Amino acid sequence: MSFPWAEEYRPKHPLMRWLDERLPLPRLVHGAVGGGYPVPRNLNYFWNFGVLAGLALTIQIVTGIVLAMHYTPSGDMAFNSVEHIMRDVNQGWLLRYAHANGASFFFIVTYVHIFRGMYYGSYKAPRELVWMLGLVILLLMMATAFMGYVLPWGQMSFWGAKVITGLFSAIPLVGESVQKWLLGGYAPDEATLNRFFSLHYLLPFVIAGVVILHIWALHIPGSSNPTGVEVKTAEDTVPFHPYYTAKDGFGAGIFLILLAFVTFFLPNYLGHADNYIPANPLSTPAEIVPEWYFWPFYAILRSFTSDFLLPAKLWGVLAMFGAILLLFFLPWLDPSPVRSGSYRPTFRWFFWILVGDVLVLGYCGGSPPEEPFVMISQLATMYYFAHFLIVLPILSWVEKTEPLPRSISESVLHGEHAEAAPAHLGGISPAAAE
Amino acid sequence: MVRVLGILAGILMVFVSLWSFGHGVYAFISSPPQKSVEKRFHEEPRPLALASDGLFGKYDREQLQRGFQVYKEVCSSCHSLKLVAFRNLQDLGYSEAEVKAIATNWQVEVPDVDPKTGDPKGRKALPSDHFPSPFQNEVAARAANNNALPPDLSLITKAREGGPAYVYSLITGYRPVPANLPAENRPGPTLHYNPWFANLNIAMPPPLKSDGQVSYADGTKPTIDQMAKDIAAFLAWTAEPRLENRHADGEVTLLFLLIATILAYMAYQNVWHGGASRAVRRTGVLDPENMAKRDAASAGGLDG
Repeated sequence: MSFPWAEEYRPKHPLMRWLDERLPLPRLVHGAVGGGYPVPRNLNYFWNFGVLAGLALTIQIVTGIVLAMHYTPSGDMAFNSVEHIMRDVNQGWLLRYAHANGASFFFIVTYVHIFRGMYYGSYKAPRELVWMLGLVILLLMMATAFMGYVLPWGQMSFWGAKVITGLFSAIPLVGESVQKWLLGGYAPDEATLNRFFSLHYLLPFVIAGVVILHIWALHIPGSSNPTGVEVKTAEDTVPFHPYYTAKDGFGAGIFLILLAFVTFFLPNYLGHADNYIPANPLSTPAEIVPEWYFWPFYAILRSFTSDFLLPAKLWGVLAMFGAILLLFFLPWLDPSPVRSGSYRPTFRWFFWILVGDVLVLGYCGGSPPEEPFVMISQLATMYYFAHFLIVLPILSWVEKTEPLPRSISESVLHGEHAEAAPAHLGGISPAAAE
Repeated sequence: MVRVLGILAGILMVFVSLWSFGHGVYAFISSPPQKSVEKRFHEEPRPLALASDGLFGKYDREQLQRGFQVYKEVCSSCHSLKLVAFRNLQDLGYSEAEVKAIATNWQVEVPDVDPKTGDPKGRKALPSDHFPSPFQNEVAARAANNNALPPDLSLITKAREGGPAYVYSLITGYRPVPANLPAENRPGPTLHYNPWFANLNIAMPPPLKSDGQVSYADGTKPTIDQMAKDIAAFLAWTAEPRLENRHADGEVTLLFLLIATILAYMAYQNVWHGGASRAVRRTGVLDPENMAKRDAASAGGLDG
């Protein structure tokens, strides 16, 4: 894979040679995350988040499998079986809190990973499929997290399931039937709980499969880097192991410290109190809010309040799904030849506006559906779509980008804070860089 | 082509969101939203400090025992505690014999069947039993309480915003009805005004009526405020009985992770910039000697 100067796998021990001739698994690992994978030498800490997402997925699968040994997916017993885990299962409280907060941390690192890709143009050719497979993972994560949140069968579980599946009822003609089909009934019930448990157990392994495709597709062109300039020579790279395994080890330490702090000392901070009330179909909570990682999309959903040709609810549903689906077109919506935001002064501004915009959407999505939050989220929704569909396409035509360094090594030699070498020191214009 | 379609779709989405925004602004100006009566009169929980707060918090067992006494003598006549078993009371510092006595003397019997006839029949509670509910079922509970359902208290401090502080504020929060409270928000004949309750009117009558309602064995003065704090502390324990394990494990885990992360950082610095791992980096592009050689070569190249 990747570059011709990649270090070849040469097993020293006879047993490893024997294995290599029959099942070259160590060779695969060596080429994937070992010394055989040359990586740009100038990656910053934002490049830790892919590995961290993999770590988060692993934590979720391990804790989840053990939790499933003690959990009962039944309307009468689900809530109490979770409390049984919290009270009577050895270290059960740790498993459940680690799983619930692990989900939040999985989304945190994934969102940082996605915004890193947006800032540094990692979605651009030849890495479009890496980006799109990543989005498939995000969608699978969202489905998994949503169904997982239903399992404890608290008030927010029940009403969240009702509201989210209710979105499908906005589809003309078949909507009601689709909702009934998803729930296995008219309202969330035994059938819903059983199928959600089954799928919640299945999807993480599907995610793991797509992660393999994501990494495979990444290893064909190799990792992108903060300059966005492609690797040219061996000097531009270092072997993944030990350089980035060491750096990722440090990143994983920081990640685990933060996760452990929240899990052990603020385990319910990110959750909602209502989910400690058993599900009750006869009592609607004062406010139905999803988990924090859905708030930006929830705000988009709720910001369509007036009918325009189509019912407002349908606009909301279309916009909410569209907000993610449009990202699949990002590689073509932004065809600027310069990848990295570091050399795109105007793009940089709009990028940070987008980050602020998504944070505002998140805040509004977690707030009650009252003014001024609805009006603010309407403006923020407008910018969200305008950013991807109008600003980026036009920007790629009109923006005057800064000169790129000739190579990764050159940018390193000129110091991290002055990556763009001035023209008289070898900086070159973007057109020549491609 | 994608870009042109994108821009058209973008203009449409911008227009539709502005359409909703315009309607929202118009409604906001023509009829500004009013703060609901409940919101205006509602009070935030009063601060409550418990021994279990903070990173190193541990339960105050004497307080938990006092709180249990308040539950037993006051709350348990209406509120169940289904998720807690009598055996769990050993965590409060009661001995096995004391727990057995508490279970046997519990005022409500545990539903069971007669082993000979199979007829429903009550029996004395055992330490392995969970606290029996004061009412047979929801219908019985509502019938005895003007159609209100006393909630189970096992998780109440986790199921309400504010936690123990909410419980403490609520049970000491009964107030005379304010004169400016609109008629439709005034409590009916079976309700009681309490600004800490979400809709201001709660069915539960004031549970703590006077100082000295229970008599504490440890000599603590049983004021209403003290009893309210004690029951809040007890209910914090029923909701999170593993809090002490969690704090203790958390301290050890964080200490371990902190040391491991410092070592990981040192390993990282060593691999990239250190001298000790020369063997690893001998062929590496970041090796200082290799870098010096390369710089010399490339400087020569640029000059030429």
